[in-house]
Amino acid sequence: MRPLTALLAGLIFGLGLLLAGMANPAKVLGFLDLAGAWDPSLALVMVAAIGVAVLPFRWAGRQTRTLLGAPMQLPHKRELDRRLIGGSLLFGVGWGIAGICPGPALVLLLSGHWQAPLFVLAMLAGMQAFSLLQRPKEQA
Amino acid sequence: MSIDWLHFTPWSALAGGALIGLAAALFVVLNGRIAGISGLLGALVQGGEGRGEKALFLLGLLLAPLLWGLFAALPSIEFHSGWPGLVVAGLLVGLGTRYGAGCTSGHGVCGMARLSPRSLVATLAFMASGFATVFVLRHLLGG
Repeated sequence: MRPLTALLAGLIFGLGLLLAGMANPAKVLGFLDLAGAWDPSLALVMVAAIGVAVLPFRWAGRQTRTLLGAPMQLPHKRELDRRLIGGSLLFGVGWGIAGICPGPALVLLLSGHWQAPLFVLAMLAGMQAFSLLQRPKEQA
Repeated sequence: MSIDWLHFTPWSALAGGALIGLAAALFVVLNGRIAGISGLLGALVQGGEGRGEKALFLLGLLLAPLLWGLFAALPSIEFHSGWPGLVVAGLLVGLGTRYGAGCTSGHGVCGMARLSPRSLVATLAFMASGFATVFVLRHLLGG
């Protein structure tokens, strides 16, 4: 059952990104362009998504098992460290250059535009670089 | 600042956002996991538990445009970057989301819905640098 619900959740998430306009880099850049002609649509995407998810997450936070009996795996970290802020700032620069974040990148991958596989390859390379940079520190 | 009324699409934004929220809710309530795309993808790159489920969620994302295409034409998709911009942006997005432990979905939607202070700080940080980057590229450099 859980493999099926994972696939279904991914599908709904992808359809939501498409409908919302998040999978259109031009629209994302229109939202990020505060000083130009600003398209506020994506603020509404976040408001709606958070609004729908807030009660289910509240419920989930009080459980140790899910409705399907899986362990509830929520993050417990609380520190606001340099990695969190520095990493997020770097991510924002990349997001601002191309108007693509990880979810839309995957939705776009099979949409028939050559730009998408190139972006995804570069993104995977960036993630791989992170793994390589982490390894020596974890062994030390 | 002026509002771009021509491109403002409040209803599809709200409906699409609601679907995203629903998907994130299903994934946590049924599978017990955060629908954070960079985290799921990073787990596939780096290894770790639950790779099957994580891969299936990501497969759902890949299949979404194909499913959409069976019923309607895909919505407009327009890229503004050439290949050097895409490569630099992709590298920064990959590296930054792993260091920052999340992206628009993991921090911006799930973390904000959990009222996580870390996610609030991360979301403010990537929003701020996203706004600043577009300002520099469009208005200072005129690209």
